[in-house]
Amino acid sequence: MFEYSLFLHVTFFYISEVFCVMSLLRPLLLDVVPTIQQTAALALGRLANYNDDLAEAVVKGDILPQLLCSLSEQNRFYKKAAAFVLRAVGKHSPQLAQAVVQCGALEMLVICLEDFDPGVKEAASWALGYIARHNSELSQAVVDAGAVPLLVLCIQEPEIALKRIAASTLSDISKHSPELAQTVVDAGAIAHLAQMILNPDAKLKSQVLSALSQIAKHSVDLAELVVEAEIFPVVLTCLKDSDEYVKKNGATLIREIAKHTPELSQLIVNAGGVAAVIDCIGSCKGTVRLPGIMMLGYVAAHSENLSMAVIVSKGIPPLCACLIEEHEDHIKAAAAWALGQVGRHTPEHARAVAVTNVLPTLLAMYMDTRSSEDLQMKTKKALKNILQKCTYLPALEPLLHDAPPNIMKHIVGQFSKVLPHDSKARRLFVTTGGLKKVQEIKAEPGSLLQEYINTINNCYPEEIVRVLQLIVATN
Amino acid sequence: CLDEDRKIEYKAAVKIQSWFRGCRVRAYLRYLNKMVIFIQKWWRGYRSRRYFRKMVETAYFIMKMNFYNEMAVRIQKRWRGYYVRKYIHNYYALKKYLEAISVNNEIVRNELQEYTKMKENEEKRKDLEKKEKEKKYQARKMHYLLSTEQIAGIYNSPFRKSPDPMELLLRKSKPLSHRQQQMKSPFTSSDWPACKRPLTFSTAQPLPPIGRQKPQGPFRDTAEVLRQRYKPLEPTLRVAASINSPLEKAREEMKREEWRNRIHDNEFLPFSSYHKNEKYDPSIHRSGKYGQETYGVKHFREVQPKKWVADKDFQTVLPSIVLFEKFGKTYSRTGQIV
Repeated sequence: MFEYSLFLHVTFFYISEVFCVMSLLRPLLLDVVPTIQQTAALALGRLANYNDDLAEAVVKGDILPQLLCSLSEQNRFYKKAAAFVLRAVGKHSPQLAQAVVQCGALEMLVICLEDFDPGVKEAASWALGYIARHNSELSQAVVDAGAVPLLVLCIQEPEIALKRIAASTLSDISKHSPELAQTVVDAGAIAHLAQMILNPDAKLKSQVLSALSQIAKHSVDLAELVVEAEIFPVVLTCLKDSDEYVKKNGATLIREIAKHTPELSQLIVNAGGVAAVIDCIGSCKGTVRLPGIMMLGYVAAHSENLSMAVIVSKGIPPLCACLIEEHEDHIKAAAAWALGQVGRHTPEHARAVAVTNVLPTLLAMYMDTRSSEDLQMKTKKALKNILQKCTYLPALEPLLHDAPPNIMKHIVGQFSKVLPHDSKARRLFVTTGGLKKVQEIKAEPGSLLQEYINTINNCYPEEIVRVLQLIVATN
Repeated sequence: CLDEDRKIEYKAAVKIQSWFRGCRVRAYLRYLNKMVIFIQKWWRGYRSRRYFRKMVETAYFIMKMNFYNEMAVRIQKRWRGYYVRKYIHNYYALKKYLEAISVNNEIVRNELQEYTKMKENEEKRKDLEKKEKEKKYQARKMHYLLSTEQIAGIYNSPFRKSPDPMELLLRKSKPLSHRQQQMKSPFTSSDWPACKRPLTFSTAQPLPPIGRQKPQGPFRDTAEVLRQRYKPLEPTLRVAASINSPLEKAREEMKREEWRNRIHDNEFLPFSSYHKNEKYDPSIHRSGKYGQETYGVKHFREVQPKKWVADKDFQTVLPSIVLFEKFGKTYSRTGQIV
């Protein structure tokens, strides 16, 4: 069969022959024999899938309108092949996807979504998903074509592959803007997505969780709607799944819900979500941890009670471990930020953070020249926030020796606040050599640092201070 | 010179008189002055005493207000401290809440642990089952490796103390026949876009199996047999139609016509029974539900308890008729008002 061999050889062609191939394949699409049509469509799909230049050639060769013209009367194999071609063209770039939309492909794809065969539905929703992924205009076009209610129906079908693809398409549609997410919610998607969290298939779960998190991230109302679908405490079991992506997407969903208001964070804490996320962070490695870390940061940022709840749930040791073990800068920055949020509320919180000896690590990261800008900024802010409330002097001591001037200001300030009132601390301060170190600090007269140094010096008898200053001057 | 004396005396007299008048006026003015001073002194004293009194009052008032404010501050201080400590920053509630969170966290952690264990067990079980299935399938395929009386098989070496577990499995398993397994449909949904195999079309009828041995004997061709066995039913017209069919259809037609054309449902009576248009009044004996009615025989007064306003009977002020009083209140219970 000529068509059969063409189909086999088409995968091994060269780019210079593209246009010849296109002009060869185009008339085959209108052939009488259905097998030839389907094979030609499949060939086009595989071509376009391979490379975006080829996809552009498919578009330029005016093939898409011919593909779509008689789609509704064709059988399911042709429909599947056509949907495959559209997907392959639309996935490369927004311009190609726009070209696909302009050919009137969306109506045809929606007609395919209404077909009985689950394979056709899967191919159509996959194509819609790839088109909607690029930007919000294309998503809006997909929604305007009336795809969302059909996708919600697809989710309820029994075939797992179809459910997966429909969930991923809904996730791609709703990620761009709150209005699109609202459209998806109005079609009643949340209830079905929430039911599917219990499904044992790992890929389906990860897609469903990603869809829910894309919906919940836009506004408080959407997040509340997602929470009302009674996903807690079921979502916490997803955090213990063996698949990494399920864990990551579950943590992302909880993060998107927690970041909006203190009440939602409270809800999550009351459901035991914080413990589950902490365990999840402890058990994973790499970027999978990132959403969990950020979730803890958001929860702790809302109020001091929530921050105390995070501390009580033993959240700080995993965060410190993340800070030390991870290699990626952005994960370290996130961990530093989260620690800063936990420790910044009251002296109790700062003490809980300081006790774990993480402050020298933070300082080292701040001073390290190899750290990225983002990491340095985040560690500096975290250090500042914690130091401004920290009254736990044994943790502040080691920092005296290495800190740069802008951090030194805060450290010395803290000492000047605590030492005048606590005699035991004063004795310790002298014996550990802190007072000597303070004398070594050079500060401009009249600056805040000088004031702090003076306050500290006034706590001690004059002779001691003078002796130390002499020692420092002679060295 | 007398003139001049007179003039001198006149001038002296004038001087003396003027001086005296002056003295008198001065004395009068002095007196007036004294009086005025006296009045002013008195008036000013009165004014300033009044003012002083007002000042004292205001000072007293301010002192009182300060005192009240002090006391109010003390009360408010206590109250605010109490309120804040009890309702807003309730330390003990916070502590309890944090403890509750720890407890809840423990519970959640335990449950999640159980869940993971369960999942792991399930996975292990599935794995084990799969392995078992594999082993059994292998044993069935390699049934010929079973050891016989004369020749020991591979798994039953004479140098071993007991036969290998594989040997036991072989003994237990049924030999696998060469029957072909069911063909899966050539296209699964994940297969399609890659399209690893060429297109095939499924035919409408199931064809007879190809490589099957012809059964020995005067049997008919298998294809024929199958065709006959699965031939669709073609009933005759007599069987397909119902028994009374033409007659029923005709009657149906008539009935429908009548129903259509009928004006009213009353039967037309023949002329002979034209005067018999009186309705039959059944006697009391017949018109009761179950035969004899008790009214008129057993009791004469009708009683309808459902329509009664109150449970108890009305209390009469004056006794009416003695006989009627006894209604329902005789020793026997039959006529009692409930």
